[in-house]
Order: sequence, then structure tokens, then C-alpha cells
Amino acid sequence: MGDLTKLGIAAARDGLNAGDFSARELTAAHITAMVAAKPLNAFITETPDQAVEAATASDARRAKGEAGKLEGIPLAIKDLFCTKDVLTTAASHILDGFKPRYESTVTANLWKEGAVMLGKVNLDELAMGSSNETSYYGNVVNPWRRAGDNRDLVPGGSSGGSASAVASFSAMGATGTDTGGSIRQPASFTGIVGCKPTYGRCSRWGVVAFASSLDQPGPMARSVRDTAIMLEAMAGFDPKDSTSVDMPVPNFEAALTGDIRGLKVGIPKEYRTDGMSPEIEALWQQGIDWMKAAGAEIVEISLPHTKYALAAYYIIAPAEASSNLARYDGVRYGLRVEGKDLNDMYANTRAEGFGAEVKRRLLIGTYALSAGYYDAYYLKAQKVRTRIANDFKEAYEKVDVILTPTAPSAAFSFGDKSDDPLAMYLNDVFTVPASLAGLPGISVPAGLSEEGLPLGLQLLGRPFDEETVFRAAGVLEEAAGFTATPTDWWRG
Amino acid sequence: MSLDKATVAKVANLARIKIVEKDLEPMAAELNNILGWVEQLGEVDTENVEPMTSVAEMRLRWRADEVTDGGYVEDVVANAPSREDGFFAVPKVIE
Repeated sequence: MGDLTKLGIAAARDGLNAGDFSARELTAAHITAMVAAKPLNAFITETPDQAVEAATASDARRAKGEAGKLEGIPLAIKDLFCTKDVLTTAASHILDGFKPRYESTVTANLWKEGAVMLGKVNLDELAMGSSNETSYYGNVVNPWRRAGDNRDLVPGGSSGGSASAVASFSAMGATGTDTGGSIRQPASFTGIVGCKPTYGRCSRWGVVAFASSLDQPGPMARSVRDTAIMLEAMAGFDPKDSTSVDMPVPNFEAALTGDIRGLKVGIPKEYRTDGMSPEIEALWQQGIDWMKAAGAEIVEISLPHTKYALAAYYIIAPAEASSNLARYDGVRYGLRVEGKDLNDMYANTRAEGFGAEVKRRLLIGTYALSAGYYDAYYLKAQKVRTRIANDFKEAYEKVDVILTPTAPSAAFSFGDKSDDPLAMYLNDVFTVPASLAGLPGISVPAGLSEEGLPLGLQLLGRPFDEETVFRAAGVLEEAAGFTATPTDWWRG
Repeated sequence: MSLDKATVAKVANLARIKIVEKDLEPMAAELNNILGWVEQLGEVDTENVEPMTSVAEMRLRWRADEVTDGGYVEDVVANAPSREDGFFAVPKVIE
């Protein structure tokens, strides 16, 4: 039967269909891998008993001919998705002991299609971070290490646990959420595929909110095809999310035709930043050459407001967060720290419940929205956001997709950037602009750095045109032929 | 626009986050560092540019104004740190 954890979702689906193995066997193999990968600290809560139960039910459904699109596929769920009666922490002390009495729409969609939950995975606290160093439940470790160097590296963030679980073969896929790059950047750091769909494609209902105009759930897996299969199951209109878009969900897997002849691929000159590392630049050029060789037409484009995207993002996202996170008041759920009166109880609870980065962003956001500063910061940032979105709109009159690097570097060491918020924010320089514009994007592993670490390339598409993004990503993946995997040092 | 200690204390109070006196100064420095970097937005010409308020080009949906949900008090208060008879319990607010 071989090692079932090494299969992808598509291959496992075929194996299950052919009766080569059962969902119980597939799940058992992943539970063993998940337990062995404890040193990576990818999981906050493991749910092996429920997983076995779900796999057993899955086998029964299959026997009755009622298999869903992800029937029997074991997945990890970012601990930002509410899961009924299962601890949901958002990696924050403030949600201590929170067991939702309801299920998020995205996870409910996955279970409806037969997927099996292995557990809830770690992340940056309340999804705020780019290295998974802000979690109340400790750092997540990247399965990858530099060649000849046994020091631990960050997995990226905020979906660091999702990335680490998938890259370590503990889960076949994982849900992530992306606000400014939180799916794509960790995917790049761990050598997997991560897709942020168009804003509105996946429901945000039951996902712990960070910045509501930016947050978007998406799939992370080890191939473009696997993310396409997962996204189809996750997506769909949800009346409970006011910004969910009422559109049919295409068969994303069918978009993987392998043919991009005549496709116009935009290369934005502003992404060629001063001080771009030569190996990132070389990888990007390699990607351009691959697309050209596959018959695409390369078009130089300009996105003139790119350099202002990060600054706009770091006003808009904290502003929305300061409003969203007002709900953590020690009254309805989670932590309460008593005080001398109600206000004191609020302030004590939030002082103890939130970590340093969350507090920093809440203060920035509160300040940006406060009387006298609203126009100068928040309104200005929202206008800059319009200009950034218009840049993309104009570009998509000339091209079908845009190709860029996913992140400015490979995975880095713990502590490298955690003392300097601005240095940390720069990780998202290539992912934030598309987040502000609500566009779909995907990171595809495209090569290894000189130090032997994975590097990703990013493809961005038109709103609701994930199909073209997947099609181009499939060709990129094929050309890159990225088959490297981390050594499983964590097994000891 | 530079934040001083007093402004940080005011903002922290608005955000309902207790910050002890000795942490106000370092926090002011951190926030000023970020806000200083954000100042670059001033370089962008935003004359006659509308602020972006909707990501997807869509109008928010309307629905009939009727009760469509509810009737599960126990679920609502299940996670409360303190509750009484189906209500959230908080420290006394009226003397």
C-alpha cells in the first residue's frame, strides 16, 4: 500500500474510488504522521478520535455510493475557523476555552463533501503576523531547514500551522485564511501551493474576523490540482455572509487543461524593487521563461501605486481589526480578568488576553479611526486603496494574469524580524496589493534557494477568474517540476 | 503628527487595553515608527478619488425584516465566563 501520506488529494481520491485502501486506513496513516510531527507544533488541538469516527462514516457513505468531492480526505483546519464543540482559539489567550456551538460555513461545506478533520492548526495570534511567532500556543516550526544547518526556521504566517502540517505530510490539505498574504507567503516558505480566492468566493461566516474587507479563506495543499479540488468544496454562496457573492462555483479542476497558448501574462515593473535578492529575481525570470516556452505572451505592465500598498494596508487592516476585536470584552466568551468595575474588567481582560502585536495593531487602528485623525489616516488609506485597485483594473485590460514572486525571501530564522514590526510587514510586499484589490492569487513552489529552501512564484488573476489562475498555475507547476521534500528530521 | 505618552494613554483607554505607565513611552515610540512610515501615503494624489468601500463591485443584499433566527439561549451563553439564568453576568454598573 506504500506510505499513504505521500499521496496527494487527487491520487488518494482515485485510490479510495478504486478500493485500494479505505478512508480509515488513510486517516490512520495521517494520525500517525501528525503525532510524529509534534516537534513542529503545527497543531493546537488534535482530534484523532473524531477523525477515525468521521473516516468510518465516510467509508460507509462510499459503500452506499454517496461519496462527496473530498470523501475520506484528511484535512487540517486553521484554528480561526469555528468548529462545533471543538476548541477554537485563534491562537489567542483571549479565546481561552472557547468551544463554538456552531460550525463555520467553509468547514461545514468540507464535511458535506466527506472530508475528515484531523485537528485545528496553529497560526499567528488572531491571524496577525507573517512568521507564526505571535501565537499564544508557541511558534510553529517549518519542516524545511537550510542545507547542512539544523537550526529551526519560521513557516511564514499567519497560516503557519496549516503550511507546516501539509509540508510535513501530516495532512493532505489545510484551510488557510489570507488577509494580506497569510496563505500565499507560508505556502512559499514551505514549498506547497496556497490559493487565496477572490474576495467573496468563500464565506467568512464562522471565521474569527481580523479585517473584514480583506479576510478570505482558501485552500493549501501540495499541488495545484489538490488546491483546485479543495476550493471547489469550500466555495459557494452563503446568505449568512453579506459579502459572499452569489455566483455558481466552477469545476476548478477542469480548468487545468495545461494549455496557456496565447495567454497574456503581465510582469509588473514596480515589483522589481530596489534591493530585490538576486535569487528571487532569477527565479522570477525563470518563471517568465517557462510561461513563454509554454506559448504565453509576456507583457510588461505598470502598477504605479504598488509601493504604497503596504502603508495603506497597515492602516486599513488595523482599523478594521480595532472594530472587529471590540467583541473580546470578557463577557460573552473566552478570558475574563476581573477589575474594580466594568471598564476596568474590560481593560484588564484585553491587556492580559492580547499579545504585543495584536495590541500594537489595535492601538494603531483605534488612533486611525479616532476623531481628528480619521481623514488623515483611514480615509486617505481607503482612497489610496482605490488607486491600487484601479491600477489592477487597467492592467487586466491588457493581460489575463500577472506573475510575480510570492515573497521577498525564503523562510528566515526565529527572532530575525520579530523585534522590528516594519521589517516583518515587508514580507507581504508582493501579496498585499492583490489583497487590497480583492483579487485571486496563488503561490506555486518554483525552485530552491542556494541554501536549499523552497521559493514560490505568485500568479494573480481577474476577479472571479480563479479558473485562469489555476490553468496558468498548473503550467507553471509542470514546468518547475518541484519535487523536493524536507527530510523528516522531526521524527528523531 | 507624533504621538506623545498622553495620547497613547488616551488611545489605549479608547481601545480598552490597560497599559501600565512604564510601557507608555516605548509604545509611543513603536507607534510613531509605524505612523512615520505610513506618512508616505501623503505622496499619493487622491484628489477626486473616492475611498474604496466595497471590494467586489456589488450592493449589499436586502431581505425582509422578519425574525429568521434565534430561540437558543443556552447556546448563546454557553461560553460566557459568568452567566445567570440565561443572561451574561457582568460587574455591577449602577450603584
